Amino acid sequence: MIRRRDFFTGLALSVGVLPVPAWAQSADWEFIEARARGQSVYFNAWGGDPQTNAFLDWIAGETKARHGIDLVHVKLTDTAEAVTRVLAEKAAGRSTGGSVDLVWINGPNFVAMKDQGLLSAPFATDLPNWRYVDKRKPSNLIDFTIPVNGLESPWRIAQVVFVYDEARTPLAGLPKTASAMLDWAEAHRGRLTHPNARNFLGATFLKQALVGLVPDRDILQQAATDATFQTAAAALWSWYDALRPHLWHDGRDFPETGATLLQLFADGEIDTAISFNPAEAANGIANGTLAKSARVHVLDGGTIGNTSFVAIPYDAAHRDGAMVIANLLLAPEVQARAQDPAVLGSFTVLDLAALDPTQRAMFQKVDDRAGMPTNAQLGAPLLEPHPSWMTRITGEWERRTSQ
Amino acid sequence: MLSWAPFLTILLVAGPVLAGLIFTGLPALDVMPSLGRTHPSLAGFIVLFHMPGFVTALRLTLVTGVGAALLSFALAVAFSAEALTRPSWRWLTRLQTPILASPHSAIALGFAFLIAPSGWIVRLLSPWATGWTLPPGDLVTLRDPWGLAMVLGLTLKETPYLVLMIISASAQVPARSLMAAAGALGDPLAVAWIKVVFPSVYRQVRLPMLAVLAFSLSVVDMPLILAPGNPPPLAVLAVRWLTNYDLSMYVPAAAAAMLIMLIVLASGALWWVAEWPVAWLARVWVERGGPNPLLDMILWSAARLAVVLGAAAFAGGTGQALWSVARLWPFPDARPVAFTLATWTGQAQHSLGTIAVTVAVAGAVVGSALVLSLACLEHMQRQRGRLGLGMQALVFAPLLVPQIAFLFGMQVLLVRLHLDGTLIAVAWSHLIFVLPYVLLSLSDPFLALDPRYAASGAALGAGRARVFFALKLPLLIRPIAVAAAVGFAVSFAQYLPTLFAGAGRIATLTTEAVTLSSGGDRRIIGVLAMLQAALPLAAYGLALGAPFLLFRRRGGMRP
Repeated sequence: MIRRRDFFTGLALSVGVLPVPAWAQSADWEFIEARARGQSVYFNAWGGDPQTNAFLDWIAGETKARHGIDLVHVKLTDTAEAVTRVLAEKAAGRSTGGSVDLVWINGPNFVAMKDQGLLSAPFATDLPNWRYVDKRKPSNLIDFTIPVNGLESPWRIAQVVFVYDEARTPLAGLPKTASAMLDWAEAHRGRLTHPNARNFLGATFLKQALVGLVPDRDILQQAATDATFQTAAAALWSWYDALRPHLWHDGRDFPETGATLLQLFADGEIDTAISFNPAEAANGIANGTLAKSARVHVLDGGTIGNTSFVAIPYDAAHRDGAMVIANLLLAPEVQARAQDPAVLGSFTVLDLAALDPTQRAMFQKVDDRAGMPTNAQLGAPLLEPHPSWMTRITGEWERRTSQ
Repeated sequence: MLSWAPFLTILLVAGPVLAGLIFTGLPALDVMPSLGRTHPSLAGFIVLFHMPGFVTALRLTLVTGVGAALLSFALAVAFSAEALTRPSWRWLTRLQTPILASPHSAIALGFAFLIAPSGWIVRLLSPWATGWTLPPGDLVTLRDPWGLAMVLGLTLKETPYLVLMIISASAQVPARSLMAAAGALGDPLAVAWIKVVFPSVYRQVRLPMLAVLAFSLSVVDMPLILAPGNPPPLAVLAVRWLTNYDLSMYVPAAAAAMLIMLIVLASGALWWVAEWPVAWLARVWVERGGPNPLLDMILWSAARLAVVLGAAAFAGGTGQALWSVARLWPFPDARPVAFTLATWTGQAQHSLGTIAVTVAVAGAVVGSALVLSLACLEHMQRQRGRLGLGMQALVFAPLLVPQIAFLFGMQVLLVRLHLDGTLIAVAWSHLIFVLPYVLLSLSDPFLALDPRYAASGAALGAGRARVFFALKLPLLIRPIAVAAAVGFAVSFAQYLPTLFAGAGRIATLTTEAVTLSSGGDRRIIGVLAMLQAALPLAAYGLALGAPFLLFRRRGGMRP
C-alpha cells in the first residue's frame, strides 16, 4: 500500500517540477486534491499564541469542509522541536511516513532544514494560489537572503515594531534609533530589555541594532566571514557593552521569549518591548492583555521585516494534504481574514493588484482599531541579514553575557 | 503462573530506561553511527566544560538541586514532628492535597506571580506602603543569580510529598507506645518524636528522599520560570541543546545529561554514606539525654516556615484563579480591574478533547500499573518474599535516574519500534513513572494485610485465586483507590515523556499548559493551572469516595 502511494507521489512530483502546460498542472492539482481527501495532516506550528491557534482552528474547519482533510495542529513550544524531530527521523534512517507533514518556519530553521536535506522537492510554485503571491516583495522569494525556490510557501508577513504605552511614556520621549536607545537606557535604568538572544526575537533585537549601526548594510546580505563580522560587529558590541548594564536586571538575566518580554511590559516592569507583529498593540488591547493606550512604533530608518512560510519535510507522510493546506493559506479570502485585526492582524503576502475587484475589496476594510499602525507608519521593511550573522551574533552574545 | 509479573514489570519499566541510557550514553561519548561518528571520544564533555558559564550552570544545579532537597527534607521532618504530636495541626496535613495535585509548572508560575517585582505581594503593598507606581527596577526576587527563588519553589512542591511519605510511614510503627515512653522523660513532644519515632520511620522515607534529590537536580520546567537563564541549570542546558537544530549539539547535550546523572548518583551515594556518621552522632545525642532547647527552637521555626511556604503555594494558586477570570489586571492594582468568563469559555472548547486524551491515557496507565503491581505483590507473597533489592532498584530506576538521561534515548527506541507518536508510546512512557509510585504506595498495605484472612479463606476451601479476588482485593480497596489516585496525578503531570514519546502529536493538559505558557497570557495559564489541579483532585476525591460507594452494603468495611 505505502509503496504504491509513494510511487504515485514521486510520479506527481516529477510531473510538477517539470515545466508543463497549465492544463496539465490543473489536472495534476485535481489529482493531488483527490488523494489528499481523507488524510490527517500534522501541521507543526508554534502554539504559544492563542490568536494564531484560533486562526488555525478555523483553518482546520475549512480544510475539513472544503477538502475532507483533518488538520491536526501540533503545538510547538519552539519551532526547532519540529526540525529536530525530522532530523531524528533522518538519523534513524526513515525516509517515508515522517511525523511532520507541514511546518511553520522561516529564516534559520529554513536554512537548517535545507542544508540538512530535510526539504526534498519544491512545491510552492505548483500551488494554484501561487499566482496571487506578491513576487515583488523580496521577502516572499528570499528568506533571510536564501532563495526559497519553491521549498516553502509564504503565509504571513512580520515586521519589527516596538510596543509602548502612550499614557505612560509618550512617543516623543522614546528613542528612535539604536544610538538614542543607549542615552535613553542610561536615563531610565532597568526599563528596557530584550529576549535572550538564543530566542528568535532576542537575536532580532541585536540584528535590528546591527542594521542601524553598521556603515555598509550591503555586507549583511552576504554570509559573514571572520573579517566582515569583526568589523561590522565591532560597532554593535561597543554599543551593546555600553547599553547592557542599564538594562532590566542589570543586563544579567533576560526574558526567555517574546511573550515573557511582553508580560514584563504589561506588568510595567519595562517601558518598551520589541515585537515582530505590527498588530501586537491592537491585538493586546482587543483581548485585554494590554492597556488601551498601548501603541507600536518603528525606528527611524526602518525596521527588519520578513515573511513566515510553511514547508513540507522530505519524509512527510501526507504531502498531498500538506500542499492543499499550503494552498488554502494563500487563498485571498483566507489572507483577508488573517489581515483582519480582529482575527490575526498579520499583513498579507498577496499582490493586491493580482486579485479581482471583489477579492481586493475584502482587504480594504477600514481599520480604525486603536493601536494599529498604518502602512505609511511602518514604512518599507528592511531586509534580513544572512542567517550566518544571526548565528554568529547569538554565539558571541552568549560568550559575552554568560556569567 | 504469576511468575511472569515481575519479569514483565521489569521489562516494561527498566527496559526503556536501560535502552534510553545506552542511546543517550553513546552520543555522550561521541558515538552516533547514523551521523558517521563511530570513534568514542570525550569531545562532548570538552565542549560542555568549555561552554561559557559552565561553572555557573554547575553551581546553580548543585545549589538548587541539593539545597531544595535538603530544605524540603528538613522542613518535612519538622512539620511532621509538629503535625503528628499536636492535634491542632492535624487539619493542616489535609490541606496539602491541592499542592500535591498541582503540577510543578503550575506551582512555579503561581509562586512567580506572587514574588515577582510586579507580583501580587508588591501589588498588595503598592503604592500605599511602598510608594511604587511602577514595579521597582532594582529588586531581583525571581531568577536571582543564586537560584534561591528556585530552591523555594521546589521546596514548596516537594515538602508536602515528603510529609505524606513520613506520615504514612509513621502509621506503620508503634508510634503511640514509643511516644508515651518518651513523653514520660519530659521532652517537648516534637523533640521526643524526632528522638524515638523518626529513626524507625526514616528507613521508609529514604527512597522518596532520594527520588526528590534526583528530581530536584534534573527538573526542567520549574527553572525556566524561577531560575536564571544565562546560563541556566545544567538540565535546562541539556534540553536546550537537544532541541537545537544543530545536530552536533546532541553530543554535548548527551554529555550534560550524563553529567547530571553522575551528580545524581554521587549525591545519592553521599547521602547514603552520610547516614552512618549522622546515625552515630544522633545515637550519642539521644543516649546523653537532657533538654534540647536549640533543637526545639529549630523544629518550631522550621515547621512554621513549612506552613508559610504552604500558604505561599495557596496564595499562588489563588492568584492564578483570579487571573483566569480577569479581563485586565495592571500593576499596581491588588485585584483585577475587570472580570470576565471569556477565558474559561474560550478555553473550554479547546480543552475538552485534550482532557479526554489526558484521562484516557491516565486510565490505561493506572489500570496496567495496578494489575502489574498487584500481580507482583501477590507473586512475592506466595513466594514468601518481599521485593528484592535488585527488583527494587530496577523498578524504582525511573525515579532515581534523571529523566533527561534516558528520555531522548528512549525516543530513539520508540522510533526503531515504529511506536513514536502513538498513544501506546505515550502510555508506556507514563507507565515508567506511574508504576513505581503505585507499587510504592501498594506494597506496604498489601504486605501488612493480616495473613489470617487468607488463612481463614483457605481453610474454608477457597483457592488462592478466589482468596485474592474475593478477600484481598475488597479488603485492600482503600489503598488501591489511593494508589490509583497517586497514579492518575503522576500521569497527569508528565511533560517531557509525553512530548518525546508522543512526538509532539499527543497533547495532554500538561503539554498544552506548557506550550501556552510560552505565549505568556496569564489568564489562559490560570485556566489551565486550575484544570491541571482539578483533574488529580477529582481523582483523589474519587479515591476517598470509592470505598463508601462500593461498600454501601457492607457496614463493616466502611472506612
